[in-house]
Amino acid sequence: MTYDIIITGLIIVAQIFAVVVPVLISVAFLVYAERKVLALIQLRRGPNIVGPFGILQSFADALKLITKENIIPSGSNKIVFILAPIITMVLSLAGWAVIPFAPGWVVSDINVGIMYLFAVSSLGVYGVIMAGWASNSQYPFLGALRSAAQMVSYEVSIGFVIITVLLCVGSLNLSKIVLAQQTVWFAIPLLPMFIIFFISALAETNRLPFDLPEDESTLVAGFFTEYSSASFVLFFLGEYASMILMSSMTVILFLGGWLPPFDVYPFNVVPGVIWFTVKVIFILFLFIWVRGTFPRYRYDQLMRLGWKVFLPFSLFWVVATSGFLVYFEMLPN
Amino acid sequence: MVLYSLTFYLFSSVAVLSALMVISAKNPVHSVLFLILSFVNASGLFVLLGAEFLAMILVVVYVGAVAVLFLFVVMMLDINFVKLREGFLQYLPFGALLGIVLVIELGILFLTDRSSNIYNNQTPLQPIINEVENTKMIGQILYTEYFYLFQICGIILLVAMIGSITLTLRDKGGVKRQNINSQNTVDASIAIEKKKVKLGEGI
Repeated sequence: MTYDIIITGLIIVAQIFAVVVPVLISVAFLVYAERKVLALIQLRRGPNIVGPFGILQSFADALKLITKENIIPSGSNKIVFILAPIITMVLSLAGWAVIPFAPGWVVSDINVGIMYLFAVSSLGVYGVIMAGWASNSQYPFLGALRSAAQMVSYEVSIGFVIITVLLCVGSLNLSKIVLAQQTVWFAIPLLPMFIIFFISALAETNRLPFDLPEDESTLVAGFFTEYSSASFVLFFLGEYASMILMSSMTVILFLGGWLPPFDVYPFNVVPGVIWFTVKVIFILFLFIWVRGTFPRYRYDQLMRLGWKVFLPFSLFWVVATSGFLVYFEMLPN
Repeated sequence: MVLYSLTFYLFSSVAVLSALMVISAKNPVHSVLFLILSFVNASGLFVLLGAEFLAMILVVVYVGAVAVLFLFVVMMLDINFVKLREGFLQYLPFGALLGIVLVIELGILFLTDRSSNIYNNQTPLQPIINEVENTKMIGQILYTEYFYLFQICGIILLVAMIGSITLTLRDKGGVKRQNINSQNTVDASIAIEKKKVKLGEGI
């Protein structure tokens, strides 16, 4: 009896490591890829010293940051100050528990997978608010306030986008969402929702052009101004891990997850996990491309886009989709 | 089963302790953070009951939205909480009365004979595993049997929303507003003036 518990526990721990370690390694390569792509966009070379083509640059940076002194400001609220980066990091890794990489490759295949992802991504704001408040300094505080308002606003439209997808699937299970796209990926019939989801994902992960919480030209570094060394590394890892998480969410909801683009010979012999990875890399490239192309939004424009454009439009689309499905009797069971 | 009870006691004890800390913490921001911890543990209890949809809704709505705004407001306000505590004894009788009423109500609920209960012939409070997803079950009941009550809840929320907007939205006058349409329609002919400057003269 106790033996069984220990063995199941060990299997679960092994599964967690099998997901978390690749995620952390891909964060390192994502940072490298971002610097290289931005360098190409701006006609520079990018990192090219550490390792072949500078590929080990992120590991060198991480090592450098971790060996530095961790400074905790004397005026800060110490416990909350230390908790904030930990919460950010843990939450960005917690979402991976329900992501299906290939048929059956899930740590936990729960019925309400998409709700769980939505809940975890909506908790992400706490790391930022706590960091901003505990730093006891103006710039981080302003960054935290901006972030709180921004993330709450964009969550609303993300929620409606998810509802439209769920109307077409009839289940909250992520594997079923992927399997429902066997005939056509949802990015095609729900193209406007796909675009809204992608833009909201940019806002939700505080990426450019919506990176006002850490706007360096007005707020120094925003909510992590006071952070150094290992706690800064945690914020950095958390931000990039949640970027990858949001990209895989986009892939699962709209680009057919592990499914090949066409179910014919050369495509369907490639394993599902490779298709999944390729699609996630494509979305991540879009994230970086957007960063290299667009200027930062003004704060009132950001709020207007969220509440006055995306919210009414996605609400309308929910009503339109459900009307369409009911009228043509295409509701899934 | 041992693991189940262990997780139950973990979630419930943390929930109760953090609820206690909500009212005893000196710093209001800490109170809100403990409130959030309490919510998260309550949603853990829902998961143990097999009501995973309710658990997720609790996290999304209360933790992800309501508590964020709560924290937002508490952080912004500069209240002197030492002063607020001065009236503690004054409010104690009323608070104690409310508490006693709640305890009596809960006691009646637990001590009465359940067999004569009107809810007796309905589904018991146990999870029906592997039959229908409970999200589906909630939907099937909420939009059929309780449809009118559900709609009334929606209308109450709408009224509350309109009320709070009318209370806070005042035209103060003298406020400069951003007119997005006029900003978007600006073109170079309005913003930039081209001039031919003669050499050695300037404008």
